[in-house]
Amino acid sequence: MSTPASLLERTYREDHGRIVATVIRVLGGDFGAAEEVVQEAFADALVQWPREGAPREPRAWLIRAARNKAVDRVRRGVRLGARVDALEVVARIEQELAPPPDGSEWEGFPDDTLRLLFTCCHPALAPEAQVALALRTLCGLTTEEVAHAFLVPPATMAQRLVRAQRKIRDAGIPYIVPEPDALGERTRGVLHTVYLVFSEGYAATDGPELLRVELCAEALRLGRLARSLLPRHAEVASLLALMLLHHSRRRARVAADGGLVLLDRQDRALWDREAIREGLAELDAALALGGRGPYTLQAAIAALHAQAARPEDTDWAQIAVLYERLCELSPGPVVELNRAAAVAMARGPEHGLALVDDLETSGRLTDYHLLPAARAELLRRMGRVKEAVASYRRALALVKTAPERRFLEERLAELLGGANT
Amino acid sequence: MRYVLTIYENEKLWEALSKEEADQVMGEYFTFTDGIRKSGNYLGGEALQPVATATTVRIRDGKRLTTDGPFAETKEQLGGFYLIEAENIDQAIAIASRIPTARTGCVEVRPVMEVMSDQG
Repeated sequence: MSTPASLLERTYREDHGRIVATVIRVLGGDFGAAEEVVQEAFADALVQWPREGAPREPRAWLIRAARNKAVDRVRRGVRLGARVDALEVVARIEQELAPPPDGSEWEGFPDDTLRLLFTCCHPALAPEAQVALALRTLCGLTTEEVAHAFLVPPATMAQRLVRAQRKIRDAGIPYIVPEPDALGERTRGVLHTVYLVFSEGYAATDGPELLRVELCAEALRLGRLARSLLPRHAEVASLLALMLLHHSRRRARVAADGGLVLLDRQDRALWDREAIREGLAELDAALALGGRGPYTLQAAIAALHAQAARPEDTDWAQIAVLYERLCELSPGPVVELNRAAAVAMARGPEHGLALVDDLETSGRLTDYHLLPAARAELLRRMGRVKEAVASYRRALALVKTAPERRFLEERLAELLGGANT
Repeated sequence: MRYVLTIYENEKLWEALSKEEADQVMGEYFTFTDGIRKSGNYLGGEALQPVATATTVRIRDGKRLTTDGPFAETKEQLGGFYLIEAENIDQAIAIASRIPTARTGCVEVRPVMEVMSDQG
């Protein structure tokens, strides 16, 4: 039997987004008020459940509480002359936030959740505000938790959220699902935001930890949510596949001392088979929906890695082809660097080095530590030790996270140790 | 809601255009303006003389300071604006992206601060 506290926590995690999504709509798009109403409902539960025992229908209890809070709020705000509107809002709240009959699941309004998803990811909001809003409302993280996840002080995060909510209201960002002609572009925006959450968790750009698993888990929740709400968009399935396949390596990717373990040195027994199975199924679904976009290509690459029992079984030739297509579709220095690494594995380090040289002369990655790191690795494999050492040193001058620094230092030490014998 | 769309572009780009090219852009502006008039979104708008004609005024300690030029030197300059009525920011963005200069400079979309007559 679960305790009232754990039951409340689970209900909160599962239902916060859905409840708040509908309350925002019935309150006319007021994010701030909606959030407070839902918070108050959960705060009541936090006091009452442990004292009086958990209700038989926790979900219905919470929706009823949120509804009462919303009605109270509107009534308190009623001014003479504005009565009609307030009564209308109250009627709408009472009708639409009706608790489910005993024993049945509250489905909520999937359209509201979709509205919330698109509004949080509106391109008129800064990316960091989009991410913060999505985690706060859809995932139900507290402001403190969101702040912690992004290593900023809670006051900064609170301000960021308030500013975003104010912009939604004052700039007229509508609480709607975009029109069909804008849906594709806006869906790409949603995917980008979800991916931002995941990559911040998977490859933290700053700080002592390499991997922030909670953030990856939240990104997966958002990805699954988007997948269920937009079942016909191939790239949505692909992004979910991509995240699952990367997430499946989380236990193998970080060494006991917190250091980074690269793919070819990972203990593949630690890979999460269930995540791989689900990821491959999502990739199949994406391909069946006609997926050929950037997330599909990246998921296909991750799938080829996931399917190799040993590093030497990896189908590098196909991975190189997929990266080439990815370079055409969404060109960028980081993608080209990955392509160079794949080409090096498929056809030999000298071919990869030629691509790295091109990238270096283009001058687009001058302060990115992975460029000299990749060069160092290729030179090492070609036996050009002195040049490899110089490249590792250059990478070390640019690296930002502690685990990646340690990783580069170890590689350099290995090389110097080998050179001395 | 009402929005002001302010249009920014490097004036040198405009000066560098040939007469035919400039005429073509002007034609595009006429078509655009005509379009938002017909759709009922147009409330107003003007093209401005180059920043070389600008004068900036400040009152400090009760004294008027008048200086030649814009309030700040920027790479792109304010060249004109529209005042439009739009349902929401999505519609305002869609209209802004049809302004010819959106392809060569940029357009800023700003909601107008509405004075509330009734807080209800």
